[in-house]
Amino acid sequence: MKAKIVVMPKKAVLDPQGKTVQNALAHMGFSGIGAVHVGKYLEIELAGTDKDAARQQIDAACHKILSNPVIEDYRFEIE
Amino acid sequence: MLRNVLGHSVEMLWHKEPSLGAADAVVVPGGFSYGDYLRTGAIARFSPVMEAVQRFAAEGGLVLGICNGFQILCEAGLLPGALIRNRSLQFRCEHIFLKTATTESPFTSRIPPDKLLRLPIAHGEGCYFADPETLARLKTNNQVLWRYVNAQGEATEAANPNGALDNIAGICSEGRNVAGLMPHPERASESILGSADGRLIFESMIQTLTSRQTATAG
Repeated sequence: MKAKIVVMPKKAVLDPQGKTVQNALAHMGFSGIGAVHVGKYLEIELAGTDKDAARQQIDAACHKILSNPVIEDYRFEIE
Repeated sequence: MLRNVLGHSVEMLWHKEPSLGAADAVVVPGGFSYGDYLRTGAIARFSPVMEAVQRFAAEGGLVLGICNGFQILCEAGLLPGALIRNRSLQFRCEHIFLKTATTESPFTSRIPPDKLLRLPIAHGEGCYFADPETLARLKTNNQVLWRYVNAQGEATEAANPNGALDNIAGICSEGRNVAGLMPHPERASESILGSADGRLIFESMIQTLTSRQTATAG
């Protein structure tokens, strides 16, 4: 199995990286560029076949270390 | 600096050390632990020695986190909030002025109330962030210890090197025995370094510890 995890800065948190990318895209002539948010994408390979157990484990890992709940939100899927 | 300038005994602990020994206080220094991978301080916070630091703090021991040490203490939940990327996206390396918001803490007790501290900063992720409820609680409990100010002592936007909320440079825990700050007091402890203002923070801690020991002995 594989866990695919996306960690994004919370809406209320300043995202200077996203803002800078947004400005760069606009300068390069890409039209209609709105707000950009830069986050992280992680893939974790998992042993076993029990998706529910994997989901619980990954959720705990996301909460404990892979994201910081003060500044980030996460979502993931298990394949 | 604690050893050579202030003449105190210091033991350097490796991050795999499970115990602090007979330490009176703990200083978690700066230094891009684990390459800042994932997030600043995120992996260091799970070092074996941090469990001992957690216990030490829970028992009321004095813990000071400087720069990356501040980030680690926030990640560890010993201090509220988090440090995020500087608003400018630039690594800032310069001297700044700090105004002490309260002298009622073991880390600020020796700082004259009106004195501005001139200290160096050197960080890319020093922008203090906390949600509105946490920020309100910090203010109600008088937990903000230092703010970035200009040479006149005003907490302006221009004096804020990283976009920190409310110009916050350092805070303490609700129990007031754990504190963290982004600037480097240890790099401003001798006049030959351009400033000795940082000593006041360590001297505050030492005074607190000395009076605690006297109280215990008496």
